[in-house]
Amino acid sequence: MEGVRGSLFAGPALLYTLLFFAVPFAVMAYVSLTPSTGSGGAGLSFANYAAFFERSYFLGAMANSLVVTAIVTVVSILLAYPFAVVLAEVVPERWQRLALALAVLPFWTSYVVRSYSWLLVLSSNGVINKALTGIGLLSEPLDLANSRLATVIGFTHFFVMLLTLTIYANLKQLPPSFRKAAADLGAGPVRTFVHVTLPLTLPGIMTGAFLTFVLCIGDFITPQILGGNNELLMPQLIMLQVGRRADFPMASALSILLMIVVTIAYFACARWLRLERSR
Amino acid sequence: MTRKSRLLALAASVAAITVTTAANAAEELNALVWCDHTDPALIEPFEKAHDAKVNLKVYEGTGAALSIIDQSQPGDWDVLVIDSIDVPRAIDAGILGPLPEDEMPVADIDPTIRMDDQTMRDGKRYAVTEKYGYNTISFNKDKVDPADMEDMTALWGDKYKGKIAVYDYYLPVEGMVAMGLGKKTADLSDSDLPAIRDTLFKLKDNAKLVGDVVSSQTALATGEVDILVGGGEWVTAGLSAENPALDWILPKQGGVRWAQAIGVFKDSKKQKLATEFVKYILSPEGQAKLATSSCYWAMPANEKAGADLTDAQKKALRWDEQPEYVKNSQLYPTPSPELDAKMQDVWTEFLQH
Repeated sequence: MEGVRGSLFAGPALLYTLLFFAVPFAVMAYVSLTPSTGSGGAGLSFANYAAFFERSYFLGAMANSLVVTAIVTVVSILLAYPFAVVLAEVVPERWQRLALALAVLPFWTSYVVRSYSWLLVLSSNGVINKALTGIGLLSEPLDLANSRLATVIGFTHFFVMLLTLTIYANLKQLPPSFRKAAADLGAGPVRTFVHVTLPLTLPGIMTGAFLTFVLCIGDFITPQILGGNNELLMPQLIMLQVGRRADFPMASALSILLMIVVTIAYFACARWLRLERSR
Repeated sequence: MTRKSRLLALAASVAAITVTTAANAAEELNALVWCDHTDPALIEPFEKAHDAKVNLKVYEGTGAALSIIDQSQPGDWDVLVIDSIDVPRAIDAGILGPLPEDEMPVADIDPTIRMDDQTMRDGKRYAVTEKYGYNTISFNKDKVDPADMEDMTALWGDKYKGKIAVYDYYLPVEGMVAMGLGKKTADLSDSDLPAIRDTLFKLKDNAKLVGDVVSSQTALATGEVDILVGGGEWVTAGLSAENPALDWILPKQGGVRWAQAIGVFKDSKKQKLATEFVKYILSPEGQAKLATSSCYWAMPANEKAGADLTDAQKKALRWDEQPEYVKNSQLYPTPSPELDAKMQDVWTEFLQH
């Protein structure tokens, strides 16, 4: 009886996953095996996947996506961790909610508007270049906008907040007695951080890093607006297949390959978290 | 309020909602267009005159339009604006239906601009060219020597490195580059692609960005770049009043002439209203508004639109110089599907370079 009730409760979620994930995914996997538009092929094959490995600009897009995502994830962690520590341990308890609300403020604005705002800030006539040339530090404006750097800045602005939340939650769960015990045993603040705080907050870092990885590698808007089409990332390449060539089979194959990368990242992250818990 | 009057009020409200909904549903027109058709100054007079609502979906590039149509049901769309050169593709795909030739102002459109070879088949007209212009070079003459822009090869030289934006549309820009290399857009073949590709790579080395209509226009207007490759009067004419330094030129190698045509979907369930919309857009009033639309300005196909344009507008459009410009320009390349796929591959490599 308990089992039946459990199934009934899980039913809606299962149905939702089946309808809105499993079925579309199966359709996409099938379409990815059909001939690419204009290829003149027939029947099902792995030709679209083979084409991915044969064309340097396809591989280049995957490499660009992985590099940009790795940079964004690392920089976001480096910026988010001290921010989360300040929020959890320096800001008085009564101000923490307000500080958290301020921290998530960027989530409240439109993603597109935020990207265009960064374009205005980073452009040749933008705030940064105007300030630097105005005070005489530069004679010529820097090429900040329409570049990989601009894409990384746009992404990092967003994901620092996400990582701050996951690390903050982890820090708040940490019993203060652990650090007191380390101090009693003679460890200084640096040693306590390296040997106690940091290892215990790694699950928060890893969870945030995985979310950053997934959201960053699949994002089209930020590189499209801030990158100036100076290099292609996988989502842009997929959009080119759909928007310019109506080539759904190739777009599906590229999407599946991107999903495989995300799945590998997930299993690596999940395995690491399991190993951490079993220690 | 008595019970009876409350019921009457309720019934009246329901009836009003039903009638309004029915009326709205009956008078809605779905149009797949380039962004110049979204200007309220262009659309509102038609909506008022016909008590209709025109829903506009903007796209860039015929491939994008075909992709959207591919994902739609027959009857979803009523009006299509498409590059004149691509009308045969739309006819082949069974997208466009024939228009009543006698109701269209074709006599007021110069035959060179009308492009009957593309817009008609078997004596039937499937679309009418509504607007045309050039994909060439726009520039800021305060920052760039206009004499340099008379030769297209300056774009892949060293002088303007980092000062160039490229319009993100493979057909006109590859056509331009081909002309810069002394090739004819109408004769392009597979064997021309390696040279075009190499030149595009040199252009990319000089480019700060590759952008769509809005972002490339904005980059030039805000001074982010000084030159826009693939630009033309469609970029600078509308901005010339605010920034007289913005100019455009057909270099000695010439420019690529674009033309967009309007037609009615074969499967439209509102053939009459859709045809009325086409007639309005092609009327002198509609043509003048379309020529000076907020998204981009360009020459109206209907010569009678001149009466509805001011002298300043005609000057910005370079009304009087058109015969010379038409002579010094070539149409978009019309590649076969196989060559088109290869040209898109070259463009993807260019973006990735």
